[in-house]
Amino acid sequence: MKFDTPATTNPIDQLKVIGKPTDRIDGPLKTTGTAPYAYERHDVVANQAYGYVVGAAIAKGKVNAIHVLDAKAAPGVIAVITHENAGKITKGNFNTAKLLGGPEIQHYHQAIALVVADSFEQARAAAQLIRVDYERSDGKYDLAAAKDGAEKPKAGGFGGDPDTSVGDFATAFAAAPVQLDATYTTPDQTHAMMEPHATIAAWDGDKLTVWTSNQMIAWGKGDLARTLGIPKENVRLISPYIGGGFGGKLFLRADVLLAALGARVAKRPVKVALQRPLIINNTTHRPATIQRIRIGTDKDGKITAIGHESWSGDLPDGGPETAVNQTRLLYAGANRMTATRLAVLDLPEGNAMRAPGEAPGLMALEIAIDEAAEKAGIDPIEFRIRNDTQVDPEKPSRPFSQRQLNECLRLGAEKFGWSKRSATPGKVRDGDWLIGIGVAAGLRNNLVTKSAARVRLDQRGIVTVETDMTDIGTGTYTIIAQTAAEMMGVGLDKVVVTLGDSSFPVSAGSGGQWGANNSTAGVYAACVKLREAVAQKLGFNSADATFADGQVQAGNRSAALADAAREKELVGEDGIEYGDLDKKYQQSTFAGHFVEVGVDAATAEIRVRRMLAVCAAGRILNPKSARSQVIGAMTMGVGAALMEELAIDKRLGFFVNHDLAGYEVPVHADIPHQEVIFLDETDPVSSPMKAKGVGELGICGVGAAVANAIYNATGVRVRDYPITLDKLLAKMPV
Amino acid sequence: MQSSKDFDLSRRTVLVGATASAAIAAAPAGAHAKQAGEPALSKFSLKVNGTAHQLELDLRTSLLDALREHLHLTGTKKGCDHGQCGACTVLVNGRRINSCLTLAVMHDGDEIKTIEGLGTPDRLHPMQAAFVKHDGYQCGYCTPGQICSAVAVLDEIKAGIPSHVTADLNAQPQLNATELRERMSGNICRCGAYSNIVDAITDVAGSQA
Repeated sequence: MKFDTPATTNPIDQLKVIGKPTDRIDGPLKTTGTAPYAYERHDVVANQAYGYVVGAAIAKGKVNAIHVLDAKAAPGVIAVITHENAGKITKGNFNTAKLLGGPEIQHYHQAIALVVADSFEQARAAAQLIRVDYERSDGKYDLAAAKDGAEKPKAGGFGGDPDTSVGDFATAFAAAPVQLDATYTTPDQTHAMMEPHATIAAWDGDKLTVWTSNQMIAWGKGDLARTLGIPKENVRLISPYIGGGFGGKLFLRADVLLAALGARVAKRPVKVALQRPLIINNTTHRPATIQRIRIGTDKDGKITAIGHESWSGDLPDGGPETAVNQTRLLYAGANRMTATRLAVLDLPEGNAMRAPGEAPGLMALEIAIDEAAEKAGIDPIEFRIRNDTQVDPEKPSRPFSQRQLNECLRLGAEKFGWSKRSATPGKVRDGDWLIGIGVAAGLRNNLVTKSAARVRLDQRGIVTVETDMTDIGTGTYTIIAQTAAEMMGVGLDKVVVTLGDSSFPVSAGSGGQWGANNSTAGVYAACVKLREAVAQKLGFNSADATFADGQVQAGNRSAALADAAREKELVGEDGIEYGDLDKKYQQSTFAGHFVEVGVDAATAEIRVRRMLAVCAAGRILNPKSARSQVIGAMTMGVGAALMEELAIDKRLGFFVNHDLAGYEVPVHADIPHQEVIFLDETDPVSSPMKAKGVGELGICGVGAAVANAIYNATGVRVRDYPITLDKLLAKMPV
Repeated sequence: MQSSKDFDLSRRTVLVGATASAAIAAAPAGAHAKQAGEPALSKFSLKVNGTAHQLELDLRTSLLDALREHLHLTGTKKGCDHGQCGACTVLVNGRRINSCLTLAVMHDGDEIKTIEGLGTPDRLHPMQAAFVKHDGYQCGYCTPGQICSAVAVLDEIKAGIPSHVTADLNAQPQLNATELRERMSGNICRCGAYSNIVDAITDVAGSQA
């Protein structure tokens, strides 16, 4: 189905099932421990052996020799895989560094060996017996030091052009009566999803099946075939349950490749989970940024010049963190510039983490806006409203399809009690606590991408959806079931959803908050096909047929839906494909984030006391699971603001705090009750679902809202994340 | 004070204790360790969710791996294997522990309750039902640990066991959000369902009161 004109009224608009806060259909499985994750598939293939991964102990250089004889001789060991016996390995299209290192080592904890044994304990013990002679090379591990040598990266990918310019930024900024020129930093962060990357691999002749944990089934299948040099059709990838991803499982990773190699050499199925202390340096992370923001306004606080430059680093041939992108869209201003620079660093691979670009970009931009508003003497909400734009400010012929940022901010201000905020910082106390309130805007684009599904109707009237779409905790199972139920006129109890299998039609996958809208639009398209087949079978004109309560009706004729499949199952298969509506319109989602913090007047300990997000993100398909996406993202935003930071050993080139004890993420005690409000919105430009995404919008701006609240509480402006008490203590009000 | 030699010895003793072959594996490169025998096994029994299991396992097997890899009770999750995340929380003789931090052989005769022993998809435990109702999970991987912890937390409060945030150690601990958040903080949820999890536990606590 081609979607190239805005949606009109369609069966989804009935909202009998869609739009309801339905409990997740996978909830009973997840809460009883019966939802099977990758490493747990004892049921799928017999005689599974255990793999244990060895990571490189240097950041850059080469392996001169790898001594595996002791490991091979250890009890229970079946095979040891290294670059010497792995066969030809081609780097995947989505990988920057090779997944099996040696002799060249590109980053610390790059996998260099897999030990396969009868038991996990044996594999682990034998792995300790591998000795490696390394030759260490000098590397670059310090973004600040590499910044001046950073270059303009190639255009392409999701980031678009690295640099943009409109009007005459330099002249307008120099002439502005109110000027802000400040530099902000965000640190390297890691996804820290709860389920380690894990895979069971089994060969049947030259056919390979992997049960794994992956957000993007088709990407993983393609890159696994490419890496091994085998035809794509010989690879099947199965990933029905995924214990969190956040971008860390977008790509083929070492667990999949090593399990496949191990199984080939061991001649039996092999299961591999990346050990937790290995994951942070072995896999991808969100790269650190240095961001310079300049904002010039007139005396009324109208932006006349806005400039945003960002520096980040990655391995050779890697990509930048696109932290300037939201600045191209969020506020008006006639004179503007953005610039992206990329340094070569020899740290582990930088790549996407929840809201890549916007999450760290808004952490900087939305402090800068708070600072600019203060300099202009204007309330920060009013400042944002004055600088609203309903068109793409770089290309004013492109309107936003929907943009209710002002409404988000106004409603949030009312609900959160913004009027009680002291404009002067450091003035509100509650016992030992200094209290502050902060706000930030959030923007995350709606990305449209094709997505397919197959829908079956059987003689019992059961509707079964098949698509390689994934549910990474997002609620995909449930919203796809709601879509199919709405389209076919049945209850949720008549719908079965099967996901995450590369033998199913290729979907959008889970990333960039594009999953919900695109995958349900694909199911919509497949259901349209199935409705046509049903109508034809029943002898109805499909254009007139209505589907409701398990019945199909046209004119004064009616039949049970199941009757259409009485002789033979009916199948509808189709996908959604998009025209150029995303070129004609800027499609984005918006949020107003509100945070109240308390800062201990003596110790500068920071506690988040209240949080509210008001979101405008198209039709909300399931307010319960969508709200969970937003509160989860708000929680990760608190982590980014207050604690998350990969500490770099700049001599040896690795992330030191590479486990869940050293890398701090929010726990229960860090997070208060959270409120989320969705504005009533439908976006017919987006898809037949009229939906957009929320999973990344929820994190966009949260960090800055926390930072601005801390400033409001204390009068101390911290521009280097995370905001820890040591950065406040010396400047705290007495 | 131990000398470094003593330390070295005692550390090796621990490793050797784990497998009869380790002493040989630590011998010079190329030693014929393979013939040196299989891992040290031990026979013991666990009563898991009311069912007695006779096991003979490598001494190094954690309680977590005994459950997941040998009894195929995979509801208990391995998030870190280092006692840092809480995904492996189970109830041993009624008290919650991280099953990754304890060896299975240490639990001979113990009564273990896992997420599978609390309820099933058709007969959910009230805490499981409350997690579904309040959407107290997203990816689901930390969820069994959260639920086992939550069940134990309510028992701990009922038993009068204080926490870091209990103001008066001589008084019965309060059942409020602050106490729940403190006591649940060993269970990380990276999806960030905390606000909903506290709502779910509060719901169950209220209906029990």
